Amino acid sequence: MSSSHGEIRNFGGGDFKVVGTRPIRHDGTDKVTGRAVYGGDTRLPGLLYGQILRSPHAHARIRSIDTSKAAALPGVKSVVTAADLPPTGRDEMVDLGEGPARLKFMRDNILATDKALYRGHAVAGVAATSLHIAEEALSLIEVDYEVLPPVVTVLEAMKEDAPLLHEDLTTMELGEDSGTKSNTASHMQHSLGDAERGMADAHLTAVFEVHTASVHQGYIEPQNATAEWSPDGRLTIWTSTQGAFTAQRQLGAILGLPVARVKVVPQEIGGGFGGKIPVYLEPVAALLSRRTGRPVKLVMTRADVFEGTGPTPGSYIRVKMGVDSSGKLVAADAYIAFESGGYPGSPVFAAAMCVFACYDIPNCLVNFYDVVVNKPRSFAYRAPGSTHVAFAVEKVMDELAANLGVDALELRIQNAAAEGTRRSDGIVYPRIGCKECLEVARDHDHFKAPLGGPNRGRGVAIGYWFNIGFKSSVTASVNNDGSVNLVEGSTDIGGTRTSIAMQFAETLGLAAEDINPSVGDTSSIGYTDVTGGSRVTYATGWAAYEAAQDVKAQMLKRVAMVWEVEEDEVEYADGKFRHKTDASKSLNFKELAGKMGDTGGPVVGNGSVDPAAGVGGSFCVNIVDLEVDPETGKVDILRYTVIQDAGKAIHPSYVEGQMQGGSVQGIGWGLNEEYFYTDEGRMANSSFLDYRIPTTLDLPMIDTVIVEVPNPGHPFGVRGVGEASIAPPPAAISCAIKNAVGVQLCVLPMRPDRILAALDDARAQEPVAAG
Amino acid sequence: MRDFEYTAPGTLREAVKLLAEKGDRARVMAGGTDLIVQMRVNRIQPDRVVDIKNIPEMNELTFTPRTGLRIGAAVSCRRIYEDADIVQRYPAIVDSAAIIGGIQIQGRASFGGNVCNSSPSADSIPTLIAYGATCEIAGPDGKRRVPVEEFCTGPGANVLSPGELLVSLRIPLNRKGSGAHYLRFIPRNEMDIAVVGVGAYVELGGRGKVFKMARISLAAVAPIPVFASEASAQLSGQPVNDDTIAQAAEAAKSAARPISDMRGTAEFRTHLVGVLVKRALNGAVKRARGEKVANAIEEA
Amino acid sequence: MRERTLHDMSKIHVQCVINGEETDFLCEARESLLEVLRENLGFTGTKEGCNDGNCGACSVTLDGVLVDSCLVLAVEVQGKEISTVEGLATVDGLHPLQQKFLEHAGLQCGICTPGFLVASKALLDVNPNPSEHHVRHWLAGNLCRCTGYDKIVRAVLDAAGTAN
Repeated sequence: MSSSHGEIRNFGGGDFKVVGTRPIRHDGTDKVTGRAVYGGDTRLPGLLYGQILRSPHAHARIRSIDTSKAAALPGVKSVVTAADLPPTGRDEMVDLGEGPARLKFMRDNILATDKALYRGHAVAGVAATSLHIAEEALSLIEVDYEVLPPVVTVLEAMKEDAPLLHEDLTTMELGEDSGTKSNTASHMQHSLGDAERGMADAHLTAVFEVHTASVHQGYIEPQNATAEWSPDGRLTIWTSTQGAFTAQRQLGAILGLPVARVKVVPQEIGGGFGGKIPVYLEPVAALLSRRTGRPVKLVMTRADVFEGTGPTPGSYIRVKMGVDSSGKLVAADAYIAFESGGYPGSPVFAAAMCVFACYDIPNCLVNFYDVVVNKPRSFAYRAPGSTHVAFAVEKVMDELAANLGVDALELRIQNAAAEGTRRSDGIVYPRIGCKECLEVARDHDHFKAPLGGPNRGRGVAIGYWFNIGFKSSVTASVNNDGSVNLVEGSTDIGGTRTSIAMQFAETLGLAAEDINPSVGDTSSIGYTDVTGGSRVTYATGWAAYEAAQDVKAQMLKRVAMVWEVEEDEVEYADGKFRHKTDASKSLNFKELAGKMGDTGGPVVGNGSVDPAAGVGGSFCVNIVDLEVDPETGKVDILRYTVIQDAGKAIHPSYVEGQMQGGSVQGIGWGLNEEYFYTDEGRMANSSFLDYRIPTTLDLPMIDTVIVEVPNPGHPFGVRGVGEASIAPPPAAISCAIKNAVGVQLCVLPMRPDRILAALDDARAQEPVAAG
Repeated sequence: MRDFEYTAPGTLREAVKLLAEKGDRARVMAGGTDLIVQMRVNRIQPDRVVDIKNIPEMNELTFTPRTGLRIGAAVSCRRIYEDADIVQRYPAIVDSAAIIGGIQIQGRASFGGNVCNSSPSADSIPTLIAYGATCEIAGPDGKRRVPVEEFCTGPGANVLSPGELLVSLRIPLNRKGSGAHYLRFIPRNEMDIAVVGVGAYVELGGRGKVFKMARISLAAVAPIPVFASEASAQLSGQPVNDDTIAQAAEAAKSAARPISDMRGTAEFRTHLVGVLVKRALNGAVKRARGEKVANAIEEA
Repeated sequence: MRERTLHDMSKIHVQCVINGEETDFLCEARESLLEVLRENLGFTGTKEGCNDGNCGACSVTLDGVLVDSCLVLAVEVQGKEISTVEGLATVDGLHPLQQKFLEHAGLQCGICTPGFLVASKALLDVNPNPSEHHVRHWLAGNLCRCTGYDKIVRAVLDAAGTAN
C-alpha cells in the first residue's frame, strides 16, 4: 500500500531539520493502547454519577419544578435546578474575553429558569450512586410546562408576527438599540466602496439564494465533566475541553466564584471542532458535588449531544456578484441570516468576514443577521459560517464563468485575493496563498484527468478561514540529560503537543524525541486561549519558540560561566555552544545541560504570546469527481483532492489529517447531514443512525497537496490549517452535480430525493421534441 | 434502563414456560441489537428477558437437499453469510444478512430477531417472503407454522401471542432455474435503515427466457413488509425482457402505500419502488441463469 | 469501583476471560458489557460514543467475534472470552496495527482508535490480505470524525502487508 504522504508545494520559507518531518506523536502509545485518559474515563473514590433532565418542548414557560420524588429515590443523593445557581440580574453583563455577554443567557443555557427555549434545554440535574438510578430519577422530576408555539426557521423567526423567544430582546440595528422587540438580535453590515453603483454598472451579474440546515460537529466523544467541590471551597473539574482556561472563566462567571478557586484539569479530548469550547455539564456537576460532598461525573448521551449542545446554525443566504466584460469582479452583495438557537450570538459575524474573502472586489455590501429560534444555542463548528457562505458564493462564481464563457477555475484565479487586497470587512491582506492554491489546482493531475462516463461531473471550489492568534503560554524545563519538559496550555485534539514540541526542538537544534510535552491544567501553566480557531500550532508553537529562545539565552550565560568568558564571546549554532574565536571550546546541548547544577541550577524557560498581528489566513481548494445515479439521486464520490495553504507544515501528516478530516465533514454536510425537525421543533434524528456522517465505505482516499506560502507573521511561517478545509466541499460537490446531471441544488444537504426532484423538474421543463 | 430478570433457558420447553408466565411482560432476546436499544430508551420495559441463545434448535443452521434450509431463530447474520450452502444456493439471503448494520451488528443480530422485531423496513423479511419462507413457532399450545408474509401485523407487531416464540425459519429447497436478489436504497453505503427494500425471486423456464413465476416483496413502503402479489402474478408466463420487467416494476408501485418521514417522502419511496423492483428482478434473473451478481461483501 | 449498596444482593456473578486473564464481576442484568468493562473493571480503553450500536467505539471481540459491547449485556459473557484494546500490545511491544496507526497518523483525537484497532485486528484475523474495498466495508461500522478515514485505511493495509 502506498505511503500516507501527500504532496507538498513549497513557495518559499526555510529548510528545517525537525519542522517538516513526521515523528511519531508523543502521546501516540497511550492513545493506541487505551491508556490515555479521556474525560469520560475519569475515576475517583466515592464517585457519583449524574444525568440531566431536558425539556421535551421546543418552547415552553416553566411554571414549576418538583424534584421531591426524584430526591426520595434510594440511591439519589442530590437534585439541582437553576434555583441552585446564584440569582442573576436581568441586565447583568460579563466579559470573558470576547466582549460583553448577558450572564442570564449564559446561566439559563446551563439550567433553564423561566423558559425552555429548545427541546433538549437542560432543566435539572441528578446525582446518584449509579447512572441507571440517576436515569430513573429523571422520570420522577415533575416539571409544569406551559407549552408555547415554537419557531424553527430563520425566515419564520424574522417575521413580524413570529412568536418571541425573549420578551426583552430588541434588535441592535447597525450598532444602535432599535427598541423593536424581535427574534432578530442584531443586524450588522460591512460596506466597502459602493456596491449598489458597482452592481448597476456591471456587465454581467448572477445571484443565488441558498438554505442550509443545522449540522452538528459530530465528535465521537460525548461531552463529559467530573467535579469535586472540596470542603475548603475549592472546585476541581476534570473535563474534555477545548480550553481549560476558558472553561475556568465560564465556571467562575456561572457559579459566581473567583477563578482562583476553580481548577480545570483538561483530560484528553475526543474531538471538539468548536463544540467543546462552551461548558454544559461542568457547572451542574459542580453544584451536585457541592450538595453531596462527593465527586460527581456527568456524561452526555448521544441524543443529549445532538439536542443539548451547540450545532452550527441553519441559515438563509443570498449572494449577488457582478463582473465587467473582462471578467473582473466589480461588485458583490450578500444577505446572511443565521439561526443562533435559543440565545443570540451565532457566528454570523464570521460568515460575514469570510463571504467574499477569496476574491478581490472593490465594492461590497454585506448585511448579516443574528436571529434566535427554538433550537439549541448554536456554537462554533470548524470555520463557523464559512461553509455556509462558500456554498452560495461559489455557485455565483460558476454561473458568472458559464455566462462569460470562461473556465471556472480561471475566473477565480483572475479575481483571486492577494497581498494588498482589502477584504469586505476592511482588513488588508498580508502575503497570502489564495492564488497559489488555485494555480496548484489548475495544474494538478486531478484537474487535468479525463472524466468519462454518463452522469459524472467534476467540481471545484475555494474556501477560507481567517484563523486567530490569541494568548498562549509555554514553560520549558531542561533536564540534566538534555531532554526538555515542555508544559503548554493547549489541549491536544489532533497531535499539537507534538507540533509544538517540534517547533521548540527546531529552535534549539534538538530532536523531537528529546522533548517531553505535556498539557497543563489551569494551576500549572500560564493562561492559554482555546484550542480552536486554528491557533494552536501557530500561537502555542510561537510561545514554544519564545520559550526556546529564553532557554537558549540562559544556556549561553551558563556556557560563558563554564568557559569563564564574556557572554558576547559565545554563540549557539547547529546544536552546539561555541566560542566565537576559540574552536576548541565547544559543547552540545546535552553536555551543557549536564553542567546546569554547577552553573546556577535548573534552566527553566518561558514563552508567552498574544500575537496581535501576523496571523495568516488559510485558503483551501477542492477538486471533486462524482457520479450521480439519475434513478435514485444517490451520489458517489469518485475522487477527491484537497489543496490548502498551511504556510509551513510543521508535521505534514497531521496537516494532511486536518485537510482530510475537514473535507469529509464537509462532504457529509453537503450530502447527508442535517437536523431533521418536526413542526413542533423536535429533532427527529438525534442518533448516529439517522444523523448520517460519512463512513469508510462512503469515501475514496482523500488526496492532499499542502501549499506552503510562508506566513511572514510567524517564526516558521505557520498558518493555522485546522479549519479552512471544511469550507469548500458542499460548494465543490454542488458544482460537480451541476456538471454531472445539469441541476443546481440550492438547499443543504443535497440529499438523493432533492437531486431526484431537481432532475424531475428539469425533465418537465425540457422542450417537447419537434416532429 | 429499568432493571429486569435475565433468564437463559437451555430448552425450548423452558423458554416457553418462562415466556408464558409473564405474558407481554417478557421479551425474547437473541442478538439483542434491537431489544437492548429499545429498552435503553424505555420503549420496551420487560420484567423478564428470555435469552434463547443456549437452546439448540435456535442455533440450528442446516441445509438438506430434501427439506431445504432451516435457520434457527438465534443464528447471527454473520453465521448466515459465512455458510457455504447459503452463499451458493440462497444468495439473496446473503444480500440481506450482509447489510443489516455493520460487521459488529452482524456478529450478534439474528435473522429471526429481525423478523420478530417486525419493522416495516426489516431487511430480512422481503427476501424471506420472496423465497416463500415459513416461520416455525412454538408456544404453550404447541407448534405452528405461519408464512413469513403473514407474520407481521403492523409496525413492531406480529402474530405471536403471549408465550409464543419463533423457533426457526424454513426456506424451501432452491429450485432449478430459480434466482433471487435483495436490494435496498439508503443514502449512505452502509449502516442505514432501508428507505425502500425489495426482495425478488424468479423461476425461469424456456432456457431462462420465460418467467415461470415471480415473487416480489417490498420493505419500508407500508406498515408491514408487503408481498406485491399482483405485480408478481402478472409476470407468470411472460418473456424475460426489459418491458415485462418495467411493467412489473410499475405494478409493484401500486402495492406500496408509503408514508413521508425523515428517511424519505412518500413520492420518493414510490419512485424508488419502481427503480429497485426493476433492479432486483434483473439481479434475480441473472442468478436464475447462473450468472454472478455480487453482494455487498464481494467486490463488484 | 462503584459504591456497593444493599442493591448488590440482587446482582449476578459473572466469570469470564478478558485479554487472556480469568476475571469475575458482579453486575445488574441491565448493565452492558461496555459499562462493566469501563466502570467496574477499569478497562477504560473501550469507549462509549453512542450507546446504540452505530459508532463502533465500543468494539470488542467476544469469543473471537467482533461486536459492539454496548449491545451485549454483561450477564451474557458468562464463560466467554473477551478481547479489548488493552490486550493488543504485549510485553514485547505494540501490535503491528498499533505501530502502523502511529506511523501513518491514523488518529487525531484518538477516541475512535481503540474501536478501529479491535475491528481491524478482527478483519486481519479472517483475511490477512484484504483489499481496500474489503477494509472499507469491514470498518463501515466504526465512525471517525477527525481523519476522514484515509490514513486509517492506509495503516490497516500497511499492517496487513507487514504481517505477511
